[in-house]
Amino acid sequence: MPALPLDEAGKYVAGAYVVFLALILVYVAIIGAKIARIERDITALVDAEDDE
Amino acid sequence: MYSKGLAPLAAATVVTITAAFAMVFFYAPNDADQGFIQKIFYVHVPMAIVALCGFVAGGVFAIKHLRSGDSSWDLRSYVAIHLSIILGVGVLATGAIWAKASWGHWWVWDEPVLVSFLVVFLLYCVYYPLRFSIEDPDRQARYSSVFAIAAGAFVPLNFVAVRMAETFTHPRVLSQTGGDLPGDMRLTFLVSLLGMALLFVTLWKLELTAKHASMQLKRLRNRARVAA
Amino acid sequence: MIAAARTILRKDLLIELRTKESVPAMVLFSITVYVLFHFGLDRDSLDGELASGVLWVTLLLAAVIGVARLFAAEREQGGIDGLLLSPVDHTALFVAKATALFLFLTAVELVAVPAFGLLLLGPGLGGAFPELFAVLALGNLGVAAVGALVSALAAETRAHELIVPILLLPLLVPVLIACAQATEPLFRQEAVTEDLGRWLGLLTLYDVVFVLLSVAVFDFLLED
Repeated sequence: MPALPLDEAGKYVAGAYVVFLALILVYVAIIGAKIARIERDITALVDAEDDE
Repeated sequence: MYSKGLAPLAAATVVTITAAFAMVFFYAPNDADQGFIQKIFYVHVPMAIVALCGFVAGGVFAIKHLRSGDSSWDLRSYVAIHLSIILGVGVLATGAIWAKASWGHWWVWDEPVLVSFLVVFLLYCVYYPLRFSIEDPDRQARYSSVFAIAAGAFVPLNFVAVRMAETFTHPRVLSQTGGDLPGDMRLTFLVSLLGMALLFVTLWKLELTAKHASMQLKRLRNRARVAA
Repeated sequence: MIAAARTILRKDLLIELRTKESVPAMVLFSITVYVLFHFGLDRDSLDGELASGVLWVTLLLAAVIGVARLFAAEREQGGIDGLLLSPVDHTALFVAKATALFLFLTAVELVAVPAFGLLLLGPGLGGAFPELFAVLALGNLGVAAVGALVSALAAETRAHELIVPILLLPLLVPVLIACAQATEPLFRQEAVTEDLGRWLGLLTLYDVVFVLLSVAVFDFLLED
């Protein structure tokens, strides 16, 4: 087990790493949402073409 | 076209970052002066280095864009700069956390690297309003590239200037950013840096793929509308 | 190229002489800012680093006004297309605009610097010369080169009055640092010259980089 001083110092370090992870997760979520939207639009386009 | 190699790259990123985290908390020793707080540097400094390289890369892509006229270079430049700005937010946030932990204030002017980073960040924030207030797409791309090149050249100049200023007003020698790290700290730092760099490239490719797909979709949709 | 640059420059200078738009406004602005600093800092006289900082921040803010107006004539009368259609080397346009800006800044400083000496500077300007000339000259050159580039960059944007300040000022931070640090010892009670070479060297480096860069990219801003 690493020495995790969960007093003063520990919470700052944790804060920094949380910021980092949060940035990554938010970013990936945004891209994921964008990709989902693209898939939806592709399906709509294919359906529109099938209808013709 | 952009997503070639994305999956193995992502895998490599996850592995490296996990390894880096493990090393930070289990392998690297506590710093003699700063104690546990020093561990912030394994995320703060690599983020800063990668962000700055991203800005410079944005400038290089911009040069290629202007010379070739190929707009895919402009897309690469935009995504690189965009990602670096996001990382920049992270740098300033983790920098503030470090400042609060070390000095008790959320911001200090002592660290020349952090201060010059703030200036660079403020400059690159103008990229968005500049870019999106130009309507003609060709002109938008060209002007953005000119900005990216000027700003990219500015980054090293600014660091030199701020460092020169800070050594005069704050003659404190803050040697955390890697000068004489002992071996195990240095290894941890390098792994963290590698992980951050891989992360940047992975996210860059990911966003390029998403943007490219959405552009192609728009083109397809326009074509379908015209045909109908 | 030189002839073309000279022609454009003469036109800009004539317009300024006739309309007296930019330079008087910049001078007025500078003096107003001195008054603001007097009230804001609650000080009658400044010296050393405070004086140096107030002077250079004021000059930079005044420069922003000048930069914002640099392509104004072209923008308002659609003149930029006329310039582009003529077989003029675009570098000539950059040289002309940058030189015009340099001359405007010099004109402003001819009034604004003595005004500063009068209003706010404790020790008086005597001890600061002739070194201050060198700082002003190199600083103006950097501002002129970057200012011309930024003005062109922002010229075609919708919100250009907003973009010019936030784009120009971060880019000028190294100039501010060098000029303020170089001037600080000149404004002390006992004016000395300290590390002047170092700061002039930084200014020269900055000037060289940005003049070369602006000349290289300026073409891409104007092609259509």
